[in-house]
Amino acid sequence: MSLLQLENLSVTFGNFRAVDNISYKVEEGEVLGIVGESGSGKSVSSLSIMGLIDFPGKVNAEQLTFDNQDLLAMPEKQRRRLTGSDIAMIFQDPMTSLNPCFTVGYQIIEALKTHQGGSKKELKARAIELLTQVGIPAPESRLDNYPHQLSGGMSQRVMIAISIACNPRLLIADEPTTALDVTIQAQIIDLLIDLQRKKQMGLVLITHDLALVAEVAHRVIVMYAGQIVESGPASEVFSTPKHPYTQALLASLPESAAGKARLEALPGVVPGQYDRPLGCLLSPRCPYATDHCRKVEPANQGDLNRQVKCHTPLDSEGRPAA
Amino acid sequence: MNQSDNSFDNQLILKANNLKQHYQVKQGVFKSDAVVKAVDGISFDLEKGKTLAVVGESGCGKSTLGRMLTMIETPTEGSLAHLGEDLLTLTKDAQAKLRQKIQIIFQNPYGSLNPRKKIGAILEEPLIINTNLSKTERKEKALAIMSKVGLKTEHYDRYPHMFSGGQRQRIAIARGLMLDPNVIVADEPVSALDVSVQAQVLNLMMDLQEEFGLSYVFISHDLSVVEHIADDVMVMYLGKVVEQGTREQLFNNPQHPYTLALLSSTPQLSPEKRRTRIKLEGELPSPLNPPSGCAFHGRCSYANDRCKSETPTLRLDSSDSQEQGHLIACHAVEENRIENHTQSVA
Repeated sequence: MSLLQLENLSVTFGNFRAVDNISYKVEEGEVLGIVGESGSGKSVSSLSIMGLIDFPGKVNAEQLTFDNQDLLAMPEKQRRRLTGSDIAMIFQDPMTSLNPCFTVGYQIIEALKTHQGGSKKELKARAIELLTQVGIPAPESRLDNYPHQLSGGMSQRVMIAISIACNPRLLIADEPTTALDVTIQAQIIDLLIDLQRKKQMGLVLITHDLALVAEVAHRVIVMYAGQIVESGPASEVFSTPKHPYTQALLASLPESAAGKARLEALPGVVPGQYDRPLGCLLSPRCPYATDHCRKVEPANQGDLNRQVKCHTPLDSEGRPAA
Repeated sequence: MNQSDNSFDNQLILKANNLKQHYQVKQGVFKSDAVVKAVDGISFDLEKGKTLAVVGESGCGKSTLGRMLTMIETPTEGSLAHLGEDLLTLTKDAQAKLRQKIQIIFQNPYGSLNPRKKIGAILEEPLIINTNLSKTERKEKALAIMSKVGLKTEHYDRYPHMFSGGQRQRIAIARGLMLDPNVIVADEPVSALDVSVQAQVLNLMMDLQEEFGLSYVFISHDLSVVEHIADDVMVMYLGKVVEQGTREQLFNNPQHPYTLALLSSTPQLSPEKRRTRIKLEGELPSPLNPPSGCAFHGRCSYANDRCKSETPTLRLDSSDSQEQGHLIACHAVEENRIENHTQSVA
């Protein structure tokens, strides 16, 4: 049984569908990468798993289960016990997601106290242990630091310490390295993957960096304008993309244009609230779009292991099927 | 890189020599001021139609360099020449004239456009200040540049909030082009944009370079973008250049341990291109209190006692003698202490 299972999850803000009927599952010990451009609904979908969508946002799903417990049907109190301990999340910007008014130690112990309890001494010992785990030198002295005394990389390490404080079984990392420098990004990703392997957590890694996902994820989901357009094992999706959008994304990376003067850019931009096209959402930008694509929304093809939402999925040579 | 002193060679657009920018930082009433060496001795030549990329992590001084080149800030030391004319010894009037020829594009297109002005007004402002063109001539010029960067005529009367990130960056580029500059300093022009839009903007910048013979100083932290667009590359660490050379030299034969670490930390899409990860311990040291000797020695696995005490200078790389101009500042490279690094994992 999967650790986390989503069936047709939608998040709406008024008339706008930020997330549009997405389904996926995460197994224990699996790294799932979610990629997409800004506005594709990757963050909103993960916030909805954490129960962090506030009014006027509405979450609807046929199924949203964590370890066979229905997250939408359970009482609020029970759900709050789950989130933060069994399901934890790391946010994008470490500088703004830590509270500047409290020390690092206080913020780590707060998470521990809420979910596990224990004596002051035990909590402090556990906090020091956590800081050591995430590779912070001299953890005893760091407990009394305030967030502004830490660098970006250090703050992100503290965020990771807080999120793994209660030994979560599922960790959602929303752009954990976007705000960091390349060498620090490498350190943080190594740390996350290391922790994930040791604790056999499920890890959902949300990012716009395709190369990063290609390096660490087992399976990958490509999102576009709130929908999942392609999903499958990371190596397959990146070597033989079946959806024109995935193909275009990969082609627009500078590294795929080695030796060429121009990058293969996808024309246009991601549709917003007021310019959602009929039919397939990619149709105005897709080089292979037909009249059929512009009128009828394609259904998901293939099994859950390798899905593509396109009328004419690409074959292994990158050409649309007839 | 051609180090000849023939500064009247009109191919040489911008020549910087030993540029320094030091800031005085107050530390309190009873302490003397500290000095932050944001940029410490940078030299380069930029030729017409070429792109010089400046790479480094945050806090290494790349943006400060951009601000000096555009004369937003005056360097504490060093010389900067545009077409053989020294920018720093000129009179105020002459400086103002030359400023038109060196323009800048900022990182964040959401912050660099005035939200209360229409696109037309934003684009025409440089013309009002610097030229005597009439209103109709200004509009004509603005519309001409707008079509060059892929904006439509109807965008002339719109406000910045009505545009997407990519379009805003096009507006910023158009504004940079209004005064027919020779050099454009682009400070992280694509890092706030999505991948597919990033490709559009990079293509546009390369098209414009071809059409107008522009020279770019391209400041970026993204090595894959730099590898695509640059002719020459300069890697900075804590205000100093650690490695400098052509794109081929830097990406095919990187020598400095920091460059190696940067390249290996960049995620790669294809498994064949992945390099063995060189782990860098620790973070960028504080520029207020820089380490003695080589600034990188605290994070470098090849550091020895000499690195801790003696600051390395930029020297020509001895390993590729047939290629000129590959400069490296490292004792370990000079002493051949770095073992042959395997390039890929596979």
